[in-house]
Amino acid sequence: MNAPYPVTPVQQVTIKIDGEDVSVPEGSTILTACNAAGKDTPTLCYGDTLTPKNACRVCMVELKGSRVLVPSCSRKVSPGMEVMTDTERVRHSRRLVLELLGSSVDLSTTPRIPEWMQRYDADPDRYGERSGESLTRDIHEPGEHHAGNGYVAATMSQPDKIDNDLYVRDYSKCILCYKCVDACGTQWQNSFAIQIAGRGFDSQISTEYAAELPDSACVFCGNCVEVCPTGALSFKSEYDMRAAGTWDESQQTETTTVCTYCGVGCNLNLHVQDNKIVKVTSPHDHSIGHGNLCIKGRFGFVHVHSRSKEGSDS
Amino acid sequence: MDLKFSNAEASAEERDAVDRLLGAGDGGWHGGERDEQDHRRAHTGHAARSRRHFVMEALHAVNDRVGWISPGALNYVGKRLSVAPADVYSVATFYALFSTHPRPKRIVHVCTDIACMARGSKAVCADLEKRLGPASADNGWKHSPCLGVCERAPAAMAVEAGDPPHEHLIGPATVDAIALALEDGPAALAAEAPPAMAVPQAGQDGLMLLKRVGRVDPDSIDDYLATDGYAGLRRAFEMQPGQVISEVKDSRLMGRGGAAFPAGIKWESTAKQPATPRYLVCNADESEPGTFKDRAILEGDPFALIESMTIAGYAIGAERGFIYLRGEYPRAHRMLHNAIDTARERGFLGNDIQGSGFSFELEIRRGAGAYICGEETAIFNSIEGYRGEPRSKPPFPFEAGLFGKPTVVNNVETLCNVPLIMRMGGAQYARIGTEGSTGPKLFCVSGNLVRPGVYEVPFGATLGDVLTLAGGVPQGRKLQAVLLGGAAGGFVRADELNIPLTFEGARANNTTLGSGVVLAFDDTVELPAILLRIARFFRDESCGQCVPCRVGTVRQEEALLRIAHNRRDTAAKGRDIGLLRDVGLVMKDSSICGLGQAAWNAVESAIDRLGVLEKSP
Repeated sequence: MNAPYPVTPVQQVTIKIDGEDVSVPEGSTILTACNAAGKDTPTLCYGDTLTPKNACRVCMVELKGSRVLVPSCSRKVSPGMEVMTDTERVRHSRRLVLELLGSSVDLSTTPRIPEWMQRYDADPDRYGERSGESLTRDIHEPGEHHAGNGYVAATMSQPDKIDNDLYVRDYSKCILCYKCVDACGTQWQNSFAIQIAGRGFDSQISTEYAAELPDSACVFCGNCVEVCPTGALSFKSEYDMRAAGTWDESQQTETTTVCTYCGVGCNLNLHVQDNKIVKVTSPHDHSIGHGNLCIKGRFGFVHVHSRSKEGSDS
Repeated sequence: MDLKFSNAEASAEERDAVDRLLGAGDGGWHGGERDEQDHRRAHTGHAARSRRHFVMEALHAVNDRVGWISPGALNYVGKRLSVAPADVYSVATFYALFSTHPRPKRIVHVCTDIACMARGSKAVCADLEKRLGPASADNGWKHSPCLGVCERAPAAMAVEAGDPPHEHLIGPATVDAIALALEDGPAALAAEAPPAMAVPQAGQDGLMLLKRVGRVDPDSIDDYLATDGYAGLRRAFEMQPGQVISEVKDSRLMGRGGAAFPAGIKWESTAKQPATPRYLVCNADESEPGTFKDRAILEGDPFALIESMTIAGYAIGAERGFIYLRGEYPRAHRMLHNAIDTARERGFLGNDIQGSGFSFELEIRRGAGAYICGEETAIFNSIEGYRGEPRSKPPFPFEAGLFGKPTVVNNVETLCNVPLIMRMGGAQYARIGTEGSTGPKLFCVSGNLVRPGVYEVPFGATLGDVLTLAGGVPQGRKLQAVLLGGAAGGFVRADELNIPLTFEGARANNTTLGSGVVLAFDDTVELPAILLRIARFFRDESCGQCVPCRVGTVRQEEALLRIAHNRRDTAAKGRDIGLLRDVGLVMKDSSICGLGQAAWNAVESAIDRLGVLEKSP
């Protein structure tokens, strides 16, 4: 349990970032130190409420004495570390990770991607024409693949999975960051409905035998949607509005309120457009839910829209 | 745990396969009938979750019995072990030898990897295509990465699900033998070549690691005892565990699996950890293309590994050891099983070994077709019943390894040096070989050579010496290039035969010994095709966890394919080579584990050292 204040004072650790001293509490990551030093570090699989999986490798930094680059999101600081965040090697690595993702995944709804692509001069188009939708990504033959002639760049492209009224899985946008798996598993929800299936480039977030969500262990808490960094998982309401071309974040307001369903006190962020709730998120820094909700708090807002017309009794 | 399963039920046969491994399930919480009492008791917590490490063996049991893992069988495994079905599915779909869709009971895995390519696998596959149709499970045959039978290339592995299942390594594989295995089952095949056939030096005097291969009955502990067997363990028991570690440190034994880390340091740092229990893991997952040295030991002298692990367990204070054996070594599995059972019967394993007061147990865990599981942390995940994905380091295995406890992971060959060190003393052992590379070394010599096989030489021999031992390339042919260290290693030219095959010699020549692969290609081999096979291998074997390797290995293969299709367009080729370098560098710099970091080594060396892709068509 978290004590209200630490019993022993936390030691500060000083490391050098790009030549300048930065002090952060012991146990912090290099990323925390980078943030403290004002270095803007791109991250994708990092989540503020999850243990970093360090799978995306976009936050890599150069660490003096290390043969390879290190993931800043998960490497803990130790005294005397010398970290470089903008060397040729770091820039190359970040550029290539962005290119490799951009050439294989639909990043159109991933925040900040255009900015990073520009910053690192990434050109995801140079890997060739992207492959079209695959209908066989849920069939797993680990250790085998069809190679083709090299002129078409393999992608994650596949049909959207719409098997329920609450949220949609568009795995063409999936970067396999494991955040939904971790949120569904031991880190938060303990439902264990989804995992990575398959191996290598053919990996895919999946239920057992790709069963539809209503047939799986999914409890529709939507905590996977909450942590998805690319929009691969989205509210059905958002998905439909995007498809209709009516989704407009500039026209949305966000209101924090307390969920009314039970006495726990989870906070809700209601995203409202045109006087309608279009999705519900939850503040990650709230001490009760840490961004997590249940099906009622997350999706149980439709009744709010059943307003009686002005002047009518019912 | 209260997990949700679909309504799919396991068949009686599937249940039986799992029950034989785990014992009959009692009560509804364990996959049995749910009765009234089950509603009034909970089965949760550590007791429920502590059996996850049986997942792989349970999936093997089902797959080996019926040929594939049905939804009902998967549910049953999950219920018996308290693991969610999505989790079991994630493990089942990670391994190439498991199938999650129906397939015939008989399958032949035909090796198309580099050593077999150099020796005619392409022709075998072309004939098979004519006779059986294209490679697919439904047609009964599949392409396979290296099966570790390179000395008898081209190789194949025939499997037949059933009770009992049959598995058989065929080498050299012929279309007739493969067709026979499919028509009449692997049992109809002629017996496998005896283990000594892999060791051309078998029976010669002066061998240290291979001295028993071909000379003793590998199933007989009495033969083992009569040839200095367990002398090393006796010597170790005369010392304190700390002294055993000191001797290993004095010997300057370096790991033989590829990373060449000093074994004594690894043992010492693990033994110093306060956390217990500590574990010992033997990495017998040799899957590096062109590697088959450990198989020679496992099949020819299995008791040597049991003794070695007992000494290592004593030294680091581990009471439990695991042998992670690759799934493609059926005979090694049988022999290890026999060796463990016999050693236990004779008091060389179990409680109070030989009255020493030291207790040690060994278990075998079989891989199921995943190169990545030879990575030292992926092996932990696989044993624990998770996907074989490497963990990020730190923490290192000596701090937090198997089940989160301090763990030593050593390769088979590394461990098998330990009884020698005990008998000779570390200092004496260190006199063998060179200053930086001590002891005897096994090399997996294969490809276009007169006598391919596992060769033992003291460190210090040159590449030319080793090729000469193997009889050189056949008469009338010319050596074109040699691949050192396997697919994760690098090519050297035919005029570099004076490279000393030592760790320091390889390093000085900007190459690597890796796992001891020496794969020779003569002038009939098309090297660009070999490069493509290597690229294909890494793309297939990437676990998929990190972006540089998951996507990088795909882009590497695509670029090589374009170059192969487009050799005359120098501008396009130049662009693609540039792209290969870019992708290669990010894989090397930013992948989580050694697989991704090495996935570009061979291609890079082929471009820079051999000039393979630069040459005009």
